Amino acid sequence: MTAFLQFVVDVLALGGAYALMALGLVIVYGILRLVNFAYGELIMVTGYTLFLLGGSPLPWILMAAVAVLMAVLTGIVTDHVAFRPVRTKSVTAVLITSFAFSTLLQNAALLLISPRPRSVPLPDIFSETVRLGGVVTPVRNLITIATAVVLLALFALLMKRSVLGLAMRAAAANFTMARMLGVPANLVITSAFAISGLLAGIVALLWLGRSASVAPGIGLEPLLVAFIATVIGGMRSLEGAVIGGFLLAFIDTSLNHLLPQDLLKFRDAFTFTAVILILLWRPEGLIRGPAAGRRT
Amino acid sequence: MPWRRLALSFLLLALPVLALAGAVQFAQSLLLERIAITLCINLVLVVGLQVFMGNAGILSFAHIGFMGVGAYAAAVLSIPAQMKGMALPDLYPLLEGVAVAPMVAILAGVAVAALVAALVSYPLMRLSDAAAVITSFALLVVLHTLMLHWSAVTNGPRTLFGLPKATTLGLAAGAALAVIAVALLFKESRTGLLLRASRDDEIAAGAIGVRIPALRWRAFVLSAAIAALGGGLWGHFITSFSPKAFYLKETFVVLGMLVIGGASTVSGAVLGTFLVTLAFEGLRAVEGALNRAQLFAGQVVGLTEVALACAMILFLILRPGGLLPTAEIGALRRTRPESDR
Repeated sequence: MTAFLQFVVDVLALGGAYALMALGLVIVYGILRLVNFAYGELIMVTGYTLFLLGGSPLPWILMAAVAVLMAVLTGIVTDHVAFRPVRTKSVTAVLITSFAFSTLLQNAALLLISPRPRSVPLPDIFSETVRLGGVVTPVRNLITIATAVVLLALFALLMKRSVLGLAMRAAAANFTMARMLGVPANLVITSAFAISGLLAGIVALLWLGRSASVAPGIGLEPLLVAFIATVIGGMRSLEGAVIGGFLLAFIDTSLNHLLPQDLLKFRDAFTFTAVILILLWRPEGLIRGPAAGRRT
Repeated sequence: MPWRRLALSFLLLALPVLALAGAVQFAQSLLLERIAITLCINLVLVVGLQVFMGNAGILSFAHIGFMGVGAYAAAVLSIPAQMKGMALPDLYPLLEGVAVAPMVAILAGVAVAALVAALVSYPLMRLSDAAAVITSFALLVVLHTLMLHWSAVTNGPRTLFGLPKATTLGLAAGAALAVIAVALLFKESRTGLLLRASRDDEIAAGAIGVRIPALRWRAFVLSAAIAALGGGLWGHFITSFSPKAFYLKETFVVLGMLVIGGASTVSGAVLGTFLVTLAFEGLRAVEGALNRAQLFAGQVVGLTEVALACAMILFLILRPGGLLPTAEIGALRRTRPESDR
């Protein structure tokens, strides 16, 4: 029973973080049908902002807010540098510009800060553990679950109830038609990038809590997680991204428990094999989104 | 494309490679020889990527993974038996006594990579667009994870050493020329033509009976085999390497060369390789000079990548198709009116 409870908490905590990461990626994909390869670097930017603010006397929560704001700004800059100039041209062109932008940011961090990991300030609560019904778990896991629940609820409310959410859903369903009916395209796209940055920034705070340090390559794992979760869940569906995130966390955690020690280091290979099998069964992902509209 | 233009394209593309090889032979400079061999291996890799990306129109990240498969498979076979105990302490006993000529080992590496590609890629070829790109990215990660942890044949994350230095300029240039010829022929073959039709309009091509996944699969396997050839040649040129050589950094460089030149044409791939390799060597020299002069407190790293990234973004904004977006170099000279073709 305890083992089961432990498993559930692990899956929920990991899944909450994965779901938020996937959501941040898919909100841009849903509207533009373009993948943002520089998504992982939003997490890197958050980390480095925290590192740079580390010596200041500000309270942590303010530093965190500034760091998340930087992620939002970086998201908007990504749109202007890597997407807006090429988004009407070809899918491949945008994939490559965002990949190039990601490399640019990473190497800028290498060049200007350091190739070595830098420690980030974190509140003490992140390193504490609690006992919960016989299960010992880091408080960070509980914070992650709570954050995921709150953010997912807020996000659902925004998408279903606000005018901006309506405009974004309309743009995702049929971009051209939405524009004709007076939805301002650039505003919707910029908002999508800003929300993507917000989600990435908040996830980054939780993600950095695991290692308490930031390095130029830190964005790769979250990027992969978001990729795989969205592909499993269905690239065009927001619910799909969330389900994909939790499913991926379930696969990962199960493999952690089931695999013998000497195979554990190959866990990623097993996870991706499972993903390929899911795609064989359902090439469009588990949940189908709105019918494919055309970009711009 | 008529045969004459195809032959002309090949000759025009072969000319700079031959001229470079000749000039290096004449100059007898070790530095120049190193740059020329690097360039020829880059040609193999970039043109190999063009075979899949140019014809199928799908960005593939897995390419460099197959370069790694080729390099490691060749290395396991070609490291001399007396070196194996040191270079690969955990090697399976069955392979311990095996040491074949480097050429044979490189070809075996090509076969291994083609086999791996044939097995894993078939289900993936049904996917299009972003899902295809993302799964190819995942495939790169899987291959990298395997190289990083399968200590028995890769020595894990540590450097694998002891490969015989077998890649001469002649061999590398010959391989580059052969790959350019194969890429041109594949592009004009029935498979290549149908594949390009599916690239331009997937639905229309499917409607006239093109079996898109099967065609993409052929291009992918050929492309992976060429990548493995590049990997084998590179391994026997550099003689020691670790798994991180076959990851995102190399992917980015190869992709940059292809995109700047033009992914749809073999000529574009060749042109991009020449331009970027030369620019890269220049920037690397600047980086080295900066580090030697110690103008800055720390080491200057990543400058070359920053420059290449900026160049790529600018290129894609201004010329999304690359320098040679549609026509091969042999077809550029005479542009006759439409009715004449």
